[in-house]
Formats: sequence, structure tokens, C-alpha cells
Amino acid sequence: MAENKDVTGEPTTFKREMLATLPSLRAFAVSLTGKHDKADDLVQDTVMKAWAKQSSFEMGTNIKAWLFTILRNEFYSQMRKRGREVQDSDGAFTERLSVHPAQYGSMDMQDFKKALAQLPDDQREAVILIGASGFSYEEAAEICSCAIGTMKSRVSRARTRLQDILQVTGEADYGPDAVSTQVTTHNHSF
Amino acid sequence: MQAGRADDGLGPNSDIGARLRALYGSVQDEGVPDQLLDLLEKLDNAEAAQVDAQKGKSARGGE
Repeated sequence: MAENKDVTGEPTTFKREMLATLPSLRAFAVSLTGKHDKADDLVQDTVMKAWAKQSSFEMGTNIKAWLFTILRNEFYSQMRKRGREVQDSDGAFTERLSVHPAQYGSMDMQDFKKALAQLPDDQREAVILIGASGFSYEEAAEICSCAIGTMKSRVSRARTRLQDILQVTGEADYGPDAVSTQVTTHNHSF
Repeated sequence: MQAGRADDGLGPNSDIGARLRALYGSVQDEGVPDQLLDLLEKLDNAEAAQVDAQKGKSARGGE
């Protein structure tokens, strides 16, 4: 495939860096829209926006954070235009995954997806940006236009809520209450 | 692990963190759809054509 060259004869850096970011950007889009087809439309809109704005991007700075910011703004602006009623009520990652995470059983991952979907939007995106996309608190706060402290508190609340829903902690969780905990979880599951 | 991240509870030993990354990674691993790659290619080609056209103009002493 022919590559365009910049003045130094290298393939254009902007395009190359954008390509490298697309898989992660797309995963974030799926987490926001809950659907693969909507996510791909959103990434496509983002790519066109970013391309049109590329003169405002400073080479050598964080293109990944810049693209995530554009995608997130685009998502919320489309949501405002269309109205929340058309938003998929199932939330993040609810669609059947074509590639199943190998290290988890399918029931286990279904439960996790349901738990994620129960989080408020701001907490869900916070825990995904920090826990999965690999951004620092500073970058994630920039992407979501909020204070670093706000980002930290959203992540912390999201994590606590997920642990409550899933009845797990960071470490092994087989204390004396493990049996009653399981019963409780079962009664509340839907 | 990045500095200042030790307390977020989403690190390598965290169950929540591991599941988040597994879910996110499963989407990342699907690869990028052709239609997106095509779009990027078109944008890049259109830009290159525009740059060539401008070069042509300045070579003829235009602008």
C-alpha cells in the first residue's frame, strides 16, 4: 500500500500514530455506546473530525489522549442532539463479544458486564480510562474535562461499587461470610 | 505501574482491573474494520493530492 511521505520522506506520522491508537479508541467507543456498529460510526466520525483538526494537534504530544477527547466530545454531543431516549439502555459492552476473554468463563464475564452497566456514566468511563485504556489520572481528567480529584473519586466509587455488586475484593475473598454473601448475591441478581 | 497509581486498586493484583482489561482487550484484539482503514487511506490520499496541487501552483509562480 502506498504511503504518503512527509518532507523528511517518512510515512506521515499523524496517520501512523492514528492507526496505532485505533484499536484502543474503538474499545473505548464500544464501552460508551454499548454496540459495535454504533462504536464504529463514532470512531469514523472521530477520525474525520481529528483529520480536519490535525493542524491544532502538536506533534510529539499525546495523540491518544487527544483522540479520546475528540471521541468523547463527539459521543456526548451526538447524545444531546438525539436525546437520551435513543441511547442503548444496556450500557457498556453488553453486546455479545466476538472474541471471548480466554481467562474468564462466559458467565463470569456476563456478570461483570452487567455490573459495569449499573454504574453511572461518569464512573464507568473513569474506571475504563484508568483501569483499561492505561491513562494517568491527569490525562483522564483532561479527557473528561474534570479535576484530577474528581477523576480519582469517580474511579474509587466505581471500584467500590463493582466490588459490592460482584462481591469481590482485590484479594481472595473467602471469609466466614462467603456462603451468606453468595446467597445474597444470588437473591439480588437479575 | 505509573507513579501515583498504587492506590487506585486497579493494578495487576486487582480482580476488577484484570476483568476490565480482559473485556477491553477482547475488543482491541478484534482488529480495526476495513472501512475505517479505507477512510484513513482516503483522507491521507486527498491531503497528499492537495499538497501536490499547491506545490504545482507555487512552481508556476502562483499565489
